[in-house]
Amino acid sequence: MALSTLGGSANTTARVEQEIFKQGRDLRGSAFRTIMFSALGMSILVLVVLIIDVFADGWPVLSTRLGDFLSGTLRSQSSDPLLGISQGLVGSLWIAIFVIVLSFPIGIAAAIYLEEYAEQNRLTKTIDLAIRNLAGVPSVVYGLLGLFLLVSSRGGQSTLLAGGVTLAILVLPIVVITAAEAIRAVPNDLRQGAYGVGATQWDVIRTQVLPFAAPGILTGTLLSLSRAVGEAAPLILVGAITGRLAARNRSIFSLEQLDDRFTAMPIVIVGWVQESARDVGFAAAAGAAIVVLLALVIAMNSVAVLLRNHFEKKRG
Amino acid sequence: MADVTSNADEVLKGLGLSAEDTTDVDVVEDDSALLATSTSAAVEDDPSPEDLVFDASELSVYYGDFRAVRDVNMKVRRNEITALIGPSGCGKSTVLRSFNRMNDLIPTARVAGNLLYRGVDLYDERVDPVEVRRRIGMVFQKPNPFPKSIYDNVAYGPRVSGQKKGLDDIVESSLRKAALWDEVKDRLNESAIGMSGGQQQRLSIARAIANEPEVLLMDEPCSALDPIATGRIEELMAEIKDEYTILIVTHNMQQAARVSDRTAFFSVEVDDTNDRRTGLLVEYTNTEKLFSNPDDDRTENYITGRFG
Repeated sequence: MALSTLGGSANTTARVEQEIFKQGRDLRGSAFRTIMFSALGMSILVLVVLIIDVFADGWPVLSTRLGDFLSGTLRSQSSDPLLGISQGLVGSLWIAIFVIVLSFPIGIAAAIYLEEYAEQNRLTKTIDLAIRNLAGVPSVVYGLLGLFLLVSSRGGQSTLLAGGVTLAILVLPIVVITAAEAIRAVPNDLRQGAYGVGATQWDVIRTQVLPFAAPGILTGTLLSLSRAVGEAAPLILVGAITGRLAARNRSIFSLEQLDDRFTAMPIVIVGWVQESARDVGFAAAAGAAIVVLLALVIAMNSVAVLLRNHFEKKRG
Repeated sequence: MADVTSNADEVLKGLGLSAEDTTDVDVVEDDSALLATSTSAAVEDDPSPEDLVFDASELSVYYGDFRAVRDVNMKVRRNEITALIGPSGCGKSTVLRSFNRMNDLIPTARVAGNLLYRGVDLYDERVDPVEVRRRIGMVFQKPNPFPKSIYDNVAYGPRVSGQKKGLDDIVESSLRKAALWDEVKDRLNESAIGMSGGQQQRLSIARAIANEPEVLLMDEPCSALDPIATGRIEELMAEIKDEYTILIVTHNMQQAARVSDRTAFFSVEVDDTNDRRTGLLVEYTNTEKLFSNPDDDRTENYITGRFG
């Protein structure tokens, strides 16, 4: 029968129409697609609810005294007109500086060595695996490391230096991994082409590998910066404080404060959420602080995306 | 014979070695030694030392313990186009890459036997592979323009060898030789990524030429191109062969027959004990003879399409 239809005479328009026209829907495919869509919808829904909730909580503060809130300090009463997050912002800014100064150069350099220079043997593979595992270690463990290495050994004083270095160590493996992935993605054709016209290994890394990998390296490092700025757990262990900080008039970048007690945005938020049990006004302050932190992180990620697009365009 | 030695001295100096270092370098001073290394070419006149660019004798290339290709005996002559043909896996690209030490980039690759370039052992430990690649340029199978401007692509080689002045002239003359100048002269600062495949491959040739190499190694340079672009590359090769010595690996026997002066036919032998395939040089002679009256049955079977 099938053969005869292929034969020709039976291949009338009506028959072909009947065979090639859509026959019902692909039910399984549609079901699969619906499930995938629901999953995406749920993720977005959770995010939207979270943001609305936080905004609603913080609205009394954000709408009435945002300027004072940004410049104010930690207070014991939520009704205090000088209540604010300036110390948290300064602490988080310093943590970002530590990450940029310590993790970025060391992490990127380590990635370059691993990918471009190290012989591909068992030792390199072991190191690679170890770094990947380090990136998955819970951040509390890094807090413990910081506590023993940077606080206890120096007389038990919790300092901004200790907090900054701890978070720099926390994100170091992430920086190495993302930079290494970006370097690995450089097409081998480029390396070969450069070697083929007499480039040295240093030439190849400088003129081909790094320019090509720059967008990827940049994105990875800036995302790790957001991670560091948002971490609370290790800072709690290292001893960032939630209470009153000594009110000293110092500029934001004064180096003296490196050896002083400190706080950071996530710590301020944790502290205020706890305080809200006693003084319900702190809930609004915590909500407002979360909004500010979210805005900071989103701003950093946007910068990462913009820079990546810029470099990718340059790369051609 | 003195000619060979002084020539070798000059080459050594160019490769980053001082003349004093040359005393124990493997310099072939006796023509009879050259003659003995090659069997298939023995029927022809031996090249004069001046015309002898590469002299491979009993060359093998290994990847780890595995011998990928063996029995390579060939003399490559100056200002000729030498084609390397053979079935997939016969090691012709591997051999080509050993001629400018690109195989160094593969950690497990190593070479046994002798490979002399202008009388100098290319695998002498004092030879600087970077300098070798400046003199012996390479064009790859897939066009691989750098994600930079057309100008920067061509100027890349001279720049990495430290040249800063006169780049404009080098870029122009290289692009002219590569028959690309007229098409790109108004957009030298545009990215090379936007060019057509054929243009990109001619750009790769211009990039290799910009270093003023003596030799161009081309690894299946037309396999990703359409027949028109292929024709242009072939024309180009014929034009520049007066200035360069060209070695070309090709899958296309017609191409080898069209463009080359001399052809090396490689084949594969399968080791039944471990099922590994080793390539070997079967026959190396002038192209006309190889395609019309080959000495070896395996060559004849391959070129007539009876290869099993």
